[in-house]
Amino acid sequence: MSNGVLDETQIIPAAEVEEVDLYHAKSYWTKYVFSQDAKVIAIQYSGTAVAIGLVGLVLSWLMRLQLGFPDTFSFIDADTYYQHVTMHGMIMVIYLLTALFLGGFGNYLIPLMVGARDMVFPYMNMLSYWVYLLAVLILTASFFVPGGPTGAGWTLYPPQAIAQGTPGVEYGIILMLVSLVFFIIGFTMGGLNYVVTVLQARTRGMTLMRMPLTVWGIFTATILALLAFPALFVAGIMMLLDRMIGTSFFMPEMVQGGELLAYNNGSPLLFQHLFWFFGHPEVYIVALPAFGVVSDIISVHARKNIFGYRMMVWAIVAIAGLSFVVWAHHMYVSGMNPYFGFFFATTTLIIAVPTALKLYNWVLTLWKGNIQLTIPMLYCIAFILTFLNGGITGLFLGNVTVDIPLSDTMFVVAHFHMVMGIAPVLVIFAAVYHWFPKMSGRMLHEGWGQFHFWVTFIGTYLIYFPMHYLGFVGVPRRYFEKGETSFIPPSAETLNEFITIVVLIVGLAQVVFIINILVSIWKGKPAGDNPWNATTLEWQTATTPPGHGNFGEELPVTYRWAYAYSVPGVEADFVPQNLPPEDVIHSGGDQSGDQSGRQ
Amino acid sequence: MVIAVVLVIIAIGSVIFHIWSPWWFTPLASNWGALDDAIVITFWITGVAYVIVILFMAYCCWRYRYKKERRAHYEPENPKMEWWLSIVTAVGVVALLTPGLIAWNDFVTVPENVVEVEVLGKQWDWSYRLPGKDGKLGTSSARLVNDDNPFGINPKDPNGKDDVLIEGDDLHLKLDQPVKMLLRSIDVLHDFYVPQFRAKMDLVPGMVTFFWMTPTRAGTFDVLCAELCGVGHHAMRSTVVVDAEGAYDKWLSGQETFAALYPKAANVRQAAAGSPATEPVPDASQEKTILTASESPSNQSVQ
Repeated sequence: MSNGVLDETQIIPAAEVEEVDLYHAKSYWTKYVFSQDAKVIAIQYSGTAVAIGLVGLVLSWLMRLQLGFPDTFSFIDADTYYQHVTMHGMIMVIYLLTALFLGGFGNYLIPLMVGARDMVFPYMNMLSYWVYLLAVLILTASFFVPGGPTGAGWTLYPPQAIAQGTPGVEYGIILMLVSLVFFIIGFTMGGLNYVVTVLQARTRGMTLMRMPLTVWGIFTATILALLAFPALFVAGIMMLLDRMIGTSFFMPEMVQGGELLAYNNGSPLLFQHLFWFFGHPEVYIVALPAFGVVSDIISVHARKNIFGYRMMVWAIVAIAGLSFVVWAHHMYVSGMNPYFGFFFATTTLIIAVPTALKLYNWVLTLWKGNIQLTIPMLYCIAFILTFLNGGITGLFLGNVTVDIPLSDTMFVVAHFHMVMGIAPVLVIFAAVYHWFPKMSGRMLHEGWGQFHFWVTFIGTYLIYFPMHYLGFVGVPRRYFEKGETSFIPPSAETLNEFITIVVLIVGLAQVVFIINILVSIWKGKPAGDNPWNATTLEWQTATTPPGHGNFGEELPVTYRWAYAYSVPGVEADFVPQNLPPEDVIHSGGDQSGDQSGRQ
Repeated sequence: MVIAVVLVIIAIGSVIFHIWSPWWFTPLASNWGALDDAIVITFWITGVAYVIVILFMAYCCWRYRYKKERRAHYEPENPKMEWWLSIVTAVGVVALLTPGLIAWNDFVTVPENVVEVEVLGKQWDWSYRLPGKDGKLGTSSARLVNDDNPFGINPKDPNGKDDVLIEGDDLHLKLDQPVKMLLRSIDVLHDFYVPQFRAKMDLVPGMVTFFWMTPTRAGTFDVLCAELCGVGHHAMRSTVVVDAEGAYDKWLSGQETFAALYPKAANVRQAAAGSPATEPVPDASQEKTILTASESPSNQSVQ
């Protein structure tokens, strides 16, 4: 049945290409700053992403302060509120999540997990980071220019994004678009690396169907990104031209302040199609790496193979393909031809099937496992619940009829935060607690980790679960203040205050996380090479943290899939991917599959 | 252990919250009960799945918690179970989609007996235009908008002269009269949103969008903008009043037409002769950009 992935006697092809010598850094600068080592680049990417992500976090506090306690803070007016909303969204989606999953985890884990010495194009990999840093700096600069950053909403819909009446129309929007263009250039350099490395630089025996799901997730997400980002790229360039030299790609004739503007015949809807042609795959660019990572971590800590590996791979591929034909479900109320609704509602609900299967398989991996409730495992369980919740509300919004009343309300805000905000972030935490011992050689502090986990998990559920119900009432999103209405009850204000208070508590808990990391780098308990008894190659390196070139003299040879946990008839409850079959210690007993307790 | 208990609490707590929550839909005031029904169906199907999955996960966390002497079950795949799960999920998806698409078919099929009402959005207020006695709205364009013609109505179109204009005031709709809301913006995106009607749609400058509905409950309702349109977005408000026939007719008789309110713009020759400073009005028949609101806007909305 599953011998294809398990058969240890499968022929291992000989290395067809001789190893190419790596670039060896000679000075401090080329080793730690302008480094071409994927692991250093990964840490640079992660550090930058987390730094700008903290800015996004603070912006969310400011936003929630206004929503929970309107008319209280003199430093928040409508202009700054919309700027907070916009910058929070863009920072979190693009500059934090995309950069951290692909540039951070992708760089660190791909070469190690497929048994490569480094990315195949190390110099371009280095450039990728520096262009990303430039993009972040341009974005940050927009906070300091006259008029401040753009307040157009992270979707940057024209005409309003480049028209009067929107904060940041002077310089903010220009810097935002230029920053996005640089981000995409930088990402493309890195993305090509990830794809080519997976396809070309896998070690002997590492067939595609033996790759850990983490690699499958990052690999597929990168292909998505390489195909989706160009749509945003051209949309960004066209909007820059509209703003700077007065073209009318997206700008129809319009009247502002009694004056007819010089624009003519452009199409605001064209921008929306381009934006969401990028924007929907973007959800999966963030989600697929999270899917992969969570699959691997659950498997390790449940001491059980991932359930239905091949189904998991094909589900990733199916989701990736489908994600390109669902984009206009973001546009049900955009004024596009309403008959599109039939098509996009159908494709959107079809994508729920492979997604649900992945979720079942995570839960079925827990079933009959031997579950170690470590911090990474707790985060994975929290992820499953959060993602289940966000996926289900996606079934509401994807179904065109159900979407119409809920669109543009707080229900949407709650949905996308659950599904592509909190869920991926919980996976990031799982991944950090899981791989930090490999990256630093030390364990994170367990007690602080427990505190961080419980506050984050319970807190985020308390923030977003009730928020859906504000959407049912009809409270619109992106409202600086609600004003007098006949339909929003006073109790909604109380709920908003409650949510804001929980947001601040959850936000402060992240400080504990950062302190935990900083302290544990120096003072953490030594981790050893393989503290979780995991099978994948990154845990089998000669040194921890892995040195330049990742592996010692010889690259590891892969003999089996990544999920050989609790294999019947084997002494240990895990068999590393690179352990030669003759070195596997069999237990004396029944070889036919002793399935319950033994030894 | 703790996690198993917490998962159970979350599952049960979410159901209790749902039942006892004071926050739910506003009472329906239009014919779109099918939209509410679709949501209730979705709630039942997905809610059951949600609770089952969480409780099963809690059971696994408790039943299969780590014990040194235990060993996990080794079973890489179980195609039979995976097929069953796929089929059950697919059935659930079909059960969600079918009522949704049936209702959507009603939503996009505008009945014959609708009357047209135009909603005009601009930063940051709402205006309205009714077709007048001839039952037809005059053509219009953002290009024609000026102080004497805030709606940009084409003065050469005779259908526009008797159009009823409502500026800075409430819109009234007749109870049980199906209405096609034609949505037009002269600056940026807006969205005409009345929570009790359920239906909403963006206003897109350069085109005319629409939705249809039948007001089924007399009353006064808030109009909000639901598409970010700049710093005044949250303050872009209006009111719609649904009246029974008599009250509606009385209200309508008190409203002014384009020709009465803006005689200068509505009569081109007069305006040109009386005030040489007025800019010449473009010829509607030669302007491709002039929007013909009275034609079916669905064609124009295909982009």
